[in-house]
Order: sequence, then structure tokens, then C-alpha cells
Amino acid sequence: MSILSVPSEDKKQAAAALAQEYKFSSKLEGSGLDLLPRRIEILQINITKLCNQACVHCHVDASPRRREMMSDAVVEEVFRLLDENPGLKNLDITGGAPELHPRFEEMVRRARAMNRLVMVRHNLTVTLDPHPLTQASLRHLPDFFREQRVEVISSLPYHHEFLTDKQRGSGVFKKSIASLQLLNAVGYGQPGSGLVLNLVYNPVGSYLPAPEADLERDYKRELASAYGISFNKLFALTNMPIHRFKAQLRKNKTYEDYMEKLVAAFNPGAAAGIMCRSLISLSHDGRVYDCDFNQMLDLPVEGDPGLAALDLEVLEKRRIVTADHCFGCTAGAGSSCGGSTT
Amino acid sequence: MNYYESKDLGRFAEVGQFRGELMDKFFAYYNAVVGQDGALSKREKALIALAVSHVKQCPYCIDAYSTACLEAGADPEQMTEAIHVGAAMEAGINLVHGVQMHNALRAKGVL
Repeated sequence: MSILSVPSEDKKQAAAALAQEYKFSSKLEGSGLDLLPRRIEILQINITKLCNQACVHCHVDASPRRREMMSDAVVEEVFRLLDENPGLKNLDITGGAPELHPRFEEMVRRARAMNRLVMVRHNLTVTLDPHPLTQASLRHLPDFFREQRVEVISSLPYHHEFLTDKQRGSGVFKKSIASLQLLNAVGYGQPGSGLVLNLVYNPVGSYLPAPEADLERDYKRELASAYGISFNKLFALTNMPIHRFKAQLRKNKTYEDYMEKLVAAFNPGAAAGIMCRSLISLSHDGRVYDCDFNQMLDLPVEGDPGLAALDLEVLEKRRIVTADHCFGCTAGAGSSCGGSTT
Repeated sequence: MNYYESKDLGRFAEVGQFRGELMDKFFAYYNAVVGQDGALSKREKALIALAVSHVKQCPYCIDAYSTACLEAGADPEQMTEAIHVGAAMEAGINLVHGVQMHNALRAKGVL
């Protein structure tokens, strides 16, 4: 697999044309915003599309049938980039289920040895399900995370079974609860441990998230009283109108309604804080994007330099590539990998 | 075409085409009551509004407040309980009029 594989121009142009119907860039200009990049401090790497789950709203279209994995050559380029750019303070590892990549644990250890904060987008159930390809058990993950002092960020769409299983599949809620209890048992989310466990809420359908602080209060009360679970913060994310969720909206004939809702809820205050200003996203095949959503839409950073030719100083002067899905990050209280942006 | 088109809710403000100052006053009042946290939270207000929407059987309101409840952090169990409160009130309101029936029966010498 080439580090610099590039899609056809036709495919890129078709994607761009499709993605401008609601005129995000005009909305930005009309609000007097320019969205210039800030200092890039977060390197987010999507190392595989393989997942033990196949969630209804997954913007990656990840599933047990996907096989894309970051190659050895790209892994080495990632560590060269980290080595040469000490300003990249955080390594945010996502997927699919990133723990299913054969070099996941090595990558975590190397980044920690380089004194980087490592965040893992951990779906909880991967600890309890067998590896979809090797059938190996991953029950050691809580201990591994604790040993490496990884920051764990986990999706739990709701604190009740019905809504969680509706989005993530039958039985996922019970497994997620069991997995959270394992993380709590090794110290995650416990006061004074320094082991950070953050949860992620996203709506189960075509509506905007409730205020993050309200949801966090509900989650903390309900999870503590029903299951004895504690955690640090709740991040409330908006569903992105792309890929699987977009297909569901189309099927329900609600795509236009949802887009109109996002456009009507455009919040310049939320737009100013969106994650693409201080993050870059790398795909498993070594291409560079402004965010994970652009990655999934095949909209690379301006100039499409590829990982091998990447220069962060140049990148910090780029124009961030935007399209209609960006309304998902700027609606209401805003949405980012770290929750609301306001 | 149905009598109630869901898109028509977005045209609510058209009612202010005549005597617009009255609709302005209504919208200001409405938003002050349900649009913000007060002694009751927005979530509690949305659940009350959902129950009233069912009691009054308003399709626009049911659409709008189903969404409003979700976006205020309510879940389907809470929403369903809210409409049961409305239904129980309606049943109770019917049944308590049985006292009037008893008054009538008493007046006829039956009781």
C-alpha cells in the first residue's frame, strides 16, 4: 500500500460538488469568521477500519468485515513526524477499534516513551469480544491502559440500555457497562488516580445533543446509582450527516430536515472552537486531512502533501477544507472530539 | 395533501400577517415560558408540553416537543411517562365527573 496513494480527480471533484449544497463557506464568511489554523498540537491517527462492532451512526463505516490497517511504513512515518515535531503534544489514536491493529500496543508504548499524551478512542466492548480476525482475547487492555497511563475516551450513547443498543447493536450496553467496571477497577475515572476516563454521548437519531453539562450530570447520577460506575467528563457530539448516518437519514427521508436543522443552529461561537484548527488527521494509508470526517469523505488538506512530505509550518498556514458536513461541528453548542466547543 | 402538514409548523409566524403586534406578544410570552430554564428546567417544561400536546392532540406540537424533549436530554421512558400523566389526568377528569352523575341520580331519588 502506498503512503501517497491519491484518489482520482473525478472522484475528488464529485465529492466536493456534492458537499457544497448548503454553502458552509458562505455561512462562515457571512459570520465574519476565517477559521485560520492555530498551532497544531494534536495528531489524530486512524489506524484501522476494522471494528468488532458495526454501529448505525459510524462515520468511518467500520465493521468486522473491514481490513484496512496502517502499514509498517506509515507507522514509521508517524513516529518520524512525532520525533521531528515536539509541538505535537497529543497522539489521538482512533479507528475502527484501534486496539485491533497488530502494532497498536507498540505504538502506544513508543508514543508514551516520547512523553506524548496518548488518547485512545476505545469502544469498551473490544475488551470483551474476541479479536474478529485472530479470536485473541483483549481482556488485558484495562491493565495495559493503566500501565501506559493512556487517556481513555469511550462512546456510550446513553446511560440506558435501549438507546445504546439501538445505536451500537444488541448487547452492547451490558458489555460496555462490564468493561467500564473493569476500567474503574484498575483506577480509571477514580478521584486522585490521574487515570482519565471520558465518555462520549451522541444522539441516537436526527436531533441535536442536549446541553453537555446536563447530560454529564445525568450520566454520573445514573451510572453511579445503577452500576457503581464513575468517570471524568462527558463529551456531547453531534451526529455527522455523512456515510452510514447519512444513508439512514436518506432512507428515512429526513436528510434535508436534518441539514436544515444544523444550518439553522449554526453558531459562530461554536465555529471558532472547532477541532480542525489545532488538529491534523492521518489515515491508515498515510494521507493528511483537516479532521477525521474530511478523511472519511476523501477531502485531503490543501495541497494534499501526504505524510512523507508533511511540513507543519506550512500546514499551519493552510486554508482548512470545509464542506456541508462541517455544519455538524458548528451547530448549537458545537461538536468536536472533545465535546462541545463553547 | 393532509390537513396537517408537518412543514406548516415552520409557517407559524405567518399568522402574524395581520395584527402582528399580538403575535409578537404571544411569541415573546411563549419563548419566555418554555424557551429557557427557570424554576423548572427546559427539560421539565418540554415534558409538560409533550403531555399537553397529546391531551390536546396537536400533531405540530407532538412533532416539535418529541424533538425538544430529546434535545433537552429526556429519553423515551420519560417521554412515555409524561404522556401517561396526560392520559391519567384525562381519565381522572372523566371519572371525577361521576360525582356529577351521582348528584343527578340523587336528585332523581335513585341514590
